[in-house]
Amino acid sequence: MKRWLPLVLFVILVGFFAKGLFLNPREVPSPFIGRTAPAFTLPLVGDANAAFSPAEMEGHVWMLNVWAPWCVSCRQEHGFLMQLAQTKVIPIVGLNWKDKAREAASLLARTGSPYVAVPEDLDGRVGIDYGVTGTPETYLIDQAGIVRLKHIGPISPEVWQTKFEPKLKELGA
Amino acid sequence: MIPELGHFALIIALLLALTQAILPLYGAQRGNLTLMAVARPAAQGQFVFVALAFACLAYSFVTNDFSVENVARNSFSQLPEVYRFTATWGSHEGSLLLWVLILGFWSTAVSVFSRHLPEDMAARVIGVMGLISVGFLAFLLTTSNPFERLLPAAMDGNDMNPLLQDWGMIIHPPMLYMGYVGFAVAFAFAIAALLSGKMDVAWARWSRPWTTVAWAFLTLGIMLGAWWAYRELGWGGWWFWDPTENASFMPWIAGTALIHSLAATEKRGAFKAWTVLLALVAFSLSLLGTFLVRSGVLSSVHAFATDPARGAFILGFLTVVIGGSLALYAWRAPKMITGSGFTWFSRESLLLANNVILIAALGAVLLGTLYPLFMDAMGLGKISVGPPYFNAVFVPLMAPALFLMGIGPLARWKEASLPDIVTRMKWALGVALATGLLLPLTLDGFKPWAALGFFLAAWIALAVLAALLDRIKYSQGKLPQKLAALPRGFWGMLLAHFGMAVGIAGIAVVANYSTERDVRMEVNSYAELAGYTFTFRGTTAHDGPNYRAARGTLEVSKDGRPVATLHPEKRVYNASAMAMTEASVHPNIFRDIYVAMGEQLDDQGAWTVRLFHKPFINWLWFGALFMVVGGFMAASDKRYRIALRRSEVPKNIAAQGA
Repeated sequence: MKRWLPLVLFVILVGFFAKGLFLNPREVPSPFIGRTAPAFTLPLVGDANAAFSPAEMEGHVWMLNVWAPWCVSCRQEHGFLMQLAQTKVIPIVGLNWKDKAREAASLLARTGSPYVAVPEDLDGRVGIDYGVTGTPETYLIDQAGIVRLKHIGPISPEVWQTKFEPKLKELGA
Repeated sequence: MIPELGHFALIIALLLALTQAILPLYGAQRGNLTLMAVARPAAQGQFVFVALAFACLAYSFVTNDFSVENVARNSFSQLPEVYRFTATWGSHEGSLLLWVLILGFWSTAVSVFSRHLPEDMAARVIGVMGLISVGFLAFLLTTSNPFERLLPAAMDGNDMNPLLQDWGMIIHPPMLYMGYVGFAVAFAFAIAALLSGKMDVAWARWSRPWTTVAWAFLTLGIMLGAWWAYRELGWGGWWFWDPTENASFMPWIAGTALIHSLAATEKRGAFKAWTVLLALVAFSLSLLGTFLVRSGVLSSVHAFATDPARGAFILGFLTVVIGGSLALYAWRAPKMITGSGFTWFSRESLLLANNVILIAALGAVLLGTLYPLFMDAMGLGKISVGPPYFNAVFVPLMAPALFLMGIGPLARWKEASLPDIVTRMKWALGVALATGLLLPLTLDGFKPWAALGFFLAAWIALAVLAALLDRIKYSQGKLPQKLAALPRGFWGMLLAHFGMAVGIAGIAVVANYSTERDVRMEVNSYAELAGYTFTFRGTTAHDGPNYRAARGTLEVSKDGRPVATLHPEKRVYNASAMAMTEASVHPNIFRDIYVAMGEQLDDQGAWTVRLFHKPFINWLWFGALFMVVGGFMAASDKRYRIALRRSEVPKNIAAQGA
């Protein structure tokens, strides 16, 4: 019987691998889901006298999109975010994360801005409060200021349809 | 036109691989010499067409043909030419093509150097390798075509990942694959032996040099990977127990167990079934590594882009190849009768102990690598397993194996005398213990792990010396003649074991006595580390071919005498806007001084700078190189060539048709 043991062990492994193919190891559940979005007040890009705070968005379902001018995959989702902004489905706030070179204003002027506001998180401290692991990351926040969804990586039309739209329906927005 | 030619060459290669697999295997089963004779030309033709495809892809990269999607995604017009060439295997598709190319190379090598094999054996070995080629070529053509066109063509490419723009990365993948894929030869020999049902010791002698060469390449590949990580990632580490690293380390452990168990099988006919199983496992782990890195089931810092379709294909292929071979093993295992017996203390028993420990260590690494997947698949949450687990489990497991390494070469086959070995090794044990206890005191304080490392390193080195003295004790002539008369296999073993001792000494020091500082440095300010004074002379702008860099200047001195001037860089690559640190290292045999730029702090030119003092780090690379040279030396032993000549005389045609 002993000689069948390697095969049996291997078959069990294959079972796990097959299951593993349908899981996403990068998807880390955020501990913030279902909790109030951390508060902050940050100056806006291009206008240091104005500021943004999540409290201003109360009563709206909105998205906080963490991005940076140096981030390549942010450029990938930029086109789709522009579409979303044009159809006015949802207001998007773009947290400009660790933009040491201060390139955000000129970049947005060139490519167009999908954002209703672009607060500037120069040292990444607000990013830490939100548990940002990299850019781009997007948080869906409801009328009461509670985080409902976190997406790591660029938003594509597929991601939007499968992940965001059902959640939006649920929230009645 | 050229990319289409490459695509077409790949399709022809697949057809040739099918021929190479089906006809010889069927012929060997039927005893049909004509069909068996197809094996060699088919394998060589397959290699020629894969090489043609590879050349076409390399041409597209070097000539900046951005109408090829693969080129547009992984190259860039400003990229230096040498990296444009190496970008050929920088992507998922290209590296798979390299894999198939190397498999073709090994198949061709087998077809050339197998004249002494019985016809049916050679046909089966080449046929099995053809089956593996079929799998990989089909994978390339169906899910990962490297010649996919991009219409309209891109204006310029996305650039090669800056991390890969390093000459360590130029040679790391080919060497690693030479090792990975080289185990396919041992695998094919084992399957051929199982298919023929003739489980004599001949197959062990045939596959031994192939296995040793593959092992040596794998050792070199892993070492180059570690060396690359050390220099390029900018924080002085060289091994992270990352799933991708483990994927290359597990076949290495299995391969190490295999070359030892092959020795016992060849010389004494011992552990036949076990050796066959190890040959299957070593290559299975190479395939498993490919699956883990490319399917996305494990999250890893340097995994290739993931795609479930590719994962499903590889998993299916894996199931057929590994599952099929293990089933064949289970079916044929009762036929394998183990040779003469041996007592509890003999070279056989010591090799068996070495194998048991290595396999336990392999199991520990496999468990740690796959544990996050197990937990996730059973819905028990997301976890990650990091270096603390691996260090806590792997090091204590390996320590006894390293101790046995000292005794093994001294023990006689069949029956050894324990009191005799104790008498002979008393002095070595004493010296090694003293080294372990006293040497740490001369460094920066006593640390138990360092003491253990020193003890084992000294013990192995002394045991190598003892084995050498023991071997020449009764031979005639002067010392140089005595040494020259020793077979290369023996020298290779000594060198590889000595390399292990050197490597362990390096690891023991660098893991326990490295120091580092993260300092804020203003222009003309200085910082001190490990007795060295680092004076920061500011940064200058420096433009590379495809990047802009701030290049720092640090003058290093010790006791007022200048030691070196280092130029670490912080680069921003033009195409991807990715920032990279390029560390600057001043090496010598006892230590590296390693400097990396952090971030610019203000407009006056102040920077954070990371300073490292890495004692004995280079012993690691030297140790690995000794092992590599030892491996090549052992594989070139006269014995294999004599065996080759002897069996050339009778063509052994009677053996076929089993």
